Amino acid sequence: MAGGFVYNAIDQTEISTAEIYGKTLADIVVNDPKVVAVTPDLAKSTKLGDVVKVCPERVINVGIAEQDMFGVGAGLARAGMIPFMSGFSAFTSMRACDQLHTDICYQNVNAKIIATHSGTSFGQAGSTHHAIVDLAITRAMPNLTVIVPADGIETAHAVRAAYENYGPYYIRINRGFDRVLYGSEDYGFEVGKAVEIHEGTDITVIACGSCVFQALQAANFLENSDGLKVRVLNMHTIKPIDKDAILKAVMDTRRIITVEDHSVIGGLGSAVAEVMAQAGKGCAFRMLGHQDKFAPIGLHEDIMSEVGIDANGIIAAVRDVMQADFEEDDNWDDDV
Amino acid sequence: MSNLAKQEWLALEKKAFDLRNLTLQTTMWAGSGHIGGGMSILDLLTVLYHKYLNIKVDDPQWEDRDRFILSKGHAAIAYAPVLCDKGFNDPEMLKTFNLSGSKMGMHLDSNKVVGVDASTGSLGHGVSIAAGTALAARLQGKDYLTFVATGDGELGEGSNWEGFMTINHYQLSNCIVCIDRNHCMIDGPTEDVMKLEPLADKMTAFGFNTIVVDGNNIGELCDAIDEAIARSKEPCAPTCILMDTKKGAGIKTMEGDYLWHYGAIDDALFEKFKKELEEDYKARCERAEREGK
Repeated sequence: MAGGFVYNAIDQTEISTAEIYGKTLADIVVNDPKVVAVTPDLAKSTKLGDVVKVCPERVINVGIAEQDMFGVGAGLARAGMIPFMSGFSAFTSMRACDQLHTDICYQNVNAKIIATHSGTSFGQAGSTHHAIVDLAITRAMPNLTVIVPADGIETAHAVRAAYENYGPYYIRINRGFDRVLYGSEDYGFEVGKAVEIHEGTDITVIACGSCVFQALQAANFLENSDGLKVRVLNMHTIKPIDKDAILKAVMDTRRIITVEDHSVIGGLGSAVAEVMAQAGKGCAFRMLGHQDKFAPIGLHEDIMSEVGIDANGIIAAVRDVMQADFEEDDNWDDDV
Repeated sequence: MSNLAKQEWLALEKKAFDLRNLTLQTTMWAGSGHIGGGMSILDLLTVLYHKYLNIKVDDPQWEDRDRFILSKGHAAIAYAPVLCDKGFNDPEMLKTFNLSGSKMGMHLDSNKVVGVDASTGSLGHGVSIAAGTALAARLQGKDYLTFVATGDGELGEGSNWEGFMTINHYQLSNCIVCIDRNHCMIDGPTEDVMKLEPLADKMTAFGFNTIVVDGNNIGELCDAIDEAIARSKEPCAPTCILMDTKKGAGIKTMEGDYLWHYGAIDDALFEKFKKELEEDYKARCERAEREGK
């Protein structure tokens, strides 16, 4: 494991998620001369300041040119280096889609992408800067591991995991501060393994990124107000997805809601639905996220509220699904 | 006149002749192929793989090797024969070029074909990848060179110009850009489809030490590469070798005809083209005698 600092809940209230990424990467860069940061004029925005401090010669700024960033990164990786390429997720996924596909994934190089300002976390910038289709794009790319950390501590875990494992990684983080989910790093992060952060047997909410905290709030509220036991899974790894955790939720709770700051087409919800459909195991199912619409302009929390992916939206969806008497629908055979 | 010694020039002409025949033969085996753009760049491939590149056939991933990135990946119909002839891959593989189940598709996969430094085919990718390998050399204190070959029509992809900016900004003189200016693209002459001229001025404006040569004249090519290598040791303005070439170079029927971007060859054409290659080879040898040192 990479050396250096370990982060806790207090750090997360003082250091933004991207700053934790920058500090984690700085620790790695200091200890490994093969690691290099590459960015398209976003060293400041993606918080590479700490890397610049410890090793300015290994921060390569390619200017406003995401396609070039991936090409340069692929070349660096092909020559034995480990590039961490950080840019806005809207442009790393869409502007440079062909380079991501061909230079990074097809060649299967050891390159890491830190996609910041994801979802609608740069809400006021509008749809040009919202990334609500990036998971649909990246999830379809062979060889690529896709991680959506829920807070700063999980981001540190994801960055270290990307460094320690060969192959291309796409790590999707938010702009600014995330609500603190984890008090310490010691909660058993493992790529491809969902984390159950709230126990429950009535219904399962599967969330990623900024929606995990909202799901936890909703679960706590519903336990007190409605007496509902809501299982909450932090599905931080979108690919490879934790099939076992999904199918266990189907069998244990018979009701699943997915929540993501992403389009419901192609993202976390789709991934969960694919697992259930391929296993032939159905259950009551609802996908919360951007419903095939561009998001409004506004603060991140306001957009999440409007789209219905905040705690209130999740509470309403849980109550709705709990009322649905799906087991007695037309010819529905519950025994699978 | 060139600084290339006559004997060496003649040996390289023989190699280029053999490789042109092998490219033609591979096109026959495959049924069809990008033969026009393969022939135009074949002289560059020949001099790189038989004079300049510091590579080891028995250690293809040697980390200090010179790199070559074929950004115009569709020229694989010529590049695959070069790699097989050099010994990186079994020449028998050429018989499977383009066929179902082959490791050698129309565009070469660097994870399947030995000696390929980048998987290209989608145009406008190679320049940035070359910038990356050249940057890695500088960061790691290594003195290997990176050569990248682009097409001319390919330069319509804006990503090339992003890569050129990076090569210039970081003064990557260890990255030598070679443009195969064969004047043709799929839909017609480049100047009809999308104007490139004044291309040399564009490259110079992007910070390059631009050398314009006849890219189907091995002596001129070698002189330009010598100059580029001489400049490569210290960071300075990088070199662009703008190679004026003919699509289908070496096969008279094909030369300069954009319709030969991709073509199929039957037995009659195959025999005709072989004869034309022989005639071209004779003329080339006479030129080597005349212009060599």
